[in-house]
Amino acid sequence: MTRLSTAFSKPHPALVAFITAGDGDTAANLDALVAGGADVIELGMPFTDPMADGPAIQEANIRSLNAGTTTADIFALASAFRKRHPNTPLVLMGYANPMTIRGGDWFASECNKAGVDGVICVDIPPEEDPELGPALRSAGIDLIRLATPTTDVARLPAVLDGASGFLYYVSVAGITGLQVAAQTSIDEAVVRLKAQTDLPVAVGFGVRTPEQAANIARVADGVVVGSAIVELVAQHGANAAGPVRDYVASLKHAIVEARKA
Amino acid sequence: MTTTEPTPNSFRNQPDERGHFGQFGGRYVAETLMPLVLDLEREYRAAQQDPAFAAQFDDLLEHYVGRPSPLYYAERLTEEVRKTAPDGKGAQIWFKRDELNHTGAHKINNCVGQILLAIRMGKTRIIAETGAGQHGVATATVCARFGLPCFIYMGAKDIERQQPNVFRMRLLGAEIIPVTSGAGTLKDAMNEGLRDWVANVHDTFYIIGTAAGPHPYPELVRDFQSVIGKEARTQMLSRINRLPDLLVAAIGGGSNAIGLFHPFLDDKDVEMLGIEAAGHGLQKEHAASLAGGRPGILHGNKTYLLQDADGQIAEAHSISAGLDYPGIGPEHSWLKEIGRVRYDSVTDTEALAAFQLLCRTEGIIPALEPAHAIAAVEREAKKMDRDQIILANLCGRGDKDIFTVAEALGTTI
Repeated sequence: MTRLSTAFSKPHPALVAFITAGDGDTAANLDALVAGGADVIELGMPFTDPMADGPAIQEANIRSLNAGTTTADIFALASAFRKRHPNTPLVLMGYANPMTIRGGDWFASECNKAGVDGVICVDIPPEEDPELGPALRSAGIDLIRLATPTTDVARLPAVLDGASGFLYYVSVAGITGLQVAAQTSIDEAVVRLKAQTDLPVAVGFGVRTPEQAANIARVADGVVVGSAIVELVAQHGANAAGPVRDYVASLKHAIVEARKA
Repeated sequence: MTTTEPTPNSFRNQPDERGHFGQFGGRYVAETLMPLVLDLEREYRAAQQDPAFAAQFDDLLEHYVGRPSPLYYAERLTEEVRKTAPDGKGAQIWFKRDELNHTGAHKINNCVGQILLAIRMGKTRIIAETGAGQHGVATATVCARFGLPCFIYMGAKDIERQQPNVFRMRLLGAEIIPVTSGAGTLKDAMNEGLRDWVANVHDTFYIIGTAAGPHPYPELVRDFQSVIGKEARTQMLSRINRLPDLLVAAIGGGSNAIGLFHPFLDDKDVEMLGIEAAGHGLQKEHAASLAGGRPGILHGNKTYLLQDADGQIAEAHSISAGLDYPGIGPEHSWLKEIGRVRYDSVTDTEALAAFQLLCRTEGIIPALEPAHAIAAVEREAKKMDRDQIILANLCGRGDKDIFTVAEALGTTI
């Protein structure tokens, strides 16, 4: 069992929580995510041109880069997290250029050394898999792919080929943090995806309230929350850990209760 | 047709079936866009096989755009350059006059092609990004012509420095959406264009303005712009029964350059020179991705980019808003690597001097983009014999730039 597969084998669906590396007190915020009950952590790698992100995460990227965050800093944050939390899976999420600029092998090896469990790259579709996929797989790092409302039944096998860890269902055709998908469309999509894969399916984009999280938790294996947490970091700056922990705990409570009902 | 069909060893067989030009190009987009990009490729292949599509494209280029554009021997400029050239040196300078197109630049060629594709695909809403505003104006123009709603993403900084084009686009019925993220220039406008597209894939067609972006954009933009080189090749042969010795074109993303170069790539005696914007100088702020960048991934393709060691993208600078972009079309990256095309750069100051030189010697006010090419033409002509021929692409006219030029020259208008 990997850390990721363990996280998705609990009696309740996994809460997957995202923050941007280098925005605010990242180490304290990571600890707050764990303390609040996050089952999987996504650590965003800031990029100058985050094409798939809405305003909240765009601004987090700018704050982080303006503070001087480097790729080396991100791996240092990950390594330190791994020492403090040996069992919580950590996934790096970001864009192709920072991940591949020194070569896919270099990136995979750094992930391995830092105790990173998986990688989500927004702009490397299966068609460009050679850029990063083989390097991650041979280093034992899960390559987590994205499926979207535009990924139809015919295309899904290509997305699943080479994917591991979990499948991230982007519930709206759009950018992060803005629109909210109708629950019925999420329910249908999860059923459709689970018919074609044994990977756990986590649903994200636009999830903000404990109620939404609970609704998704009734059908999916995981719930991803990003922009809402990043907004708390923006609001509270260096003192965001408390509010982040409390908010994450409210989501977690809703997710655990959802399956009991 | 005077253009020969590509042979197996041709330079004109790119990209491969995955949209790669050697290691460059490709389709580095979010999964939401991937099915759409594949659809676009299927529709483009179908259009390529459809004589009705070609006929409609050619008809619009002739009667709406005003093609073919003239091929012009710049006699006074040639004489002027010879005055300071070594004895016996000073090549003949010819221009492909794409600044005479409807809307004043080469951009319209591509927009006509893409809006016909959009209509074929049943899309009902058009978006585009623009830097200088030329592509925005061309897109707004074809949208008005075909009655489709048009939304143009433009950096807030560019809106400020390109007011005449902003007004033109509004007259044409387009909605301008100011982009304040990042530095508020072309790169950021492209990010916002991609964000709009990803949220509106069901009804929206993204008319990309240069030979870059995810496959098949670099290929189809090149194909639509290749009308420039095809015409020039035919015109050269019919006027003087020979091909030019050197082609010169300015490069931001590189669509006017690839449009001129591509039909000549297999003519081994024709040299080619692409000119990037060196801004304040290559050691300072500039927009020369090939000279000062290295390969990376941005906006859907792998290509040379201005970036730091971690792959964070740098801000570009050029006096020409149309060249102010930290990347370049992937086919140029490939042509550089294989050595078929030579690339060099020209500073803001050199471009401004060439801008004025052309005004005074030929009675042509060029855009600041081709002014970069003209500066390089001067340099190259002095090294070449008098019986040799340089053909440069005069890809846009300078009406839009008079405010920028006036400011640079310390004049108020």
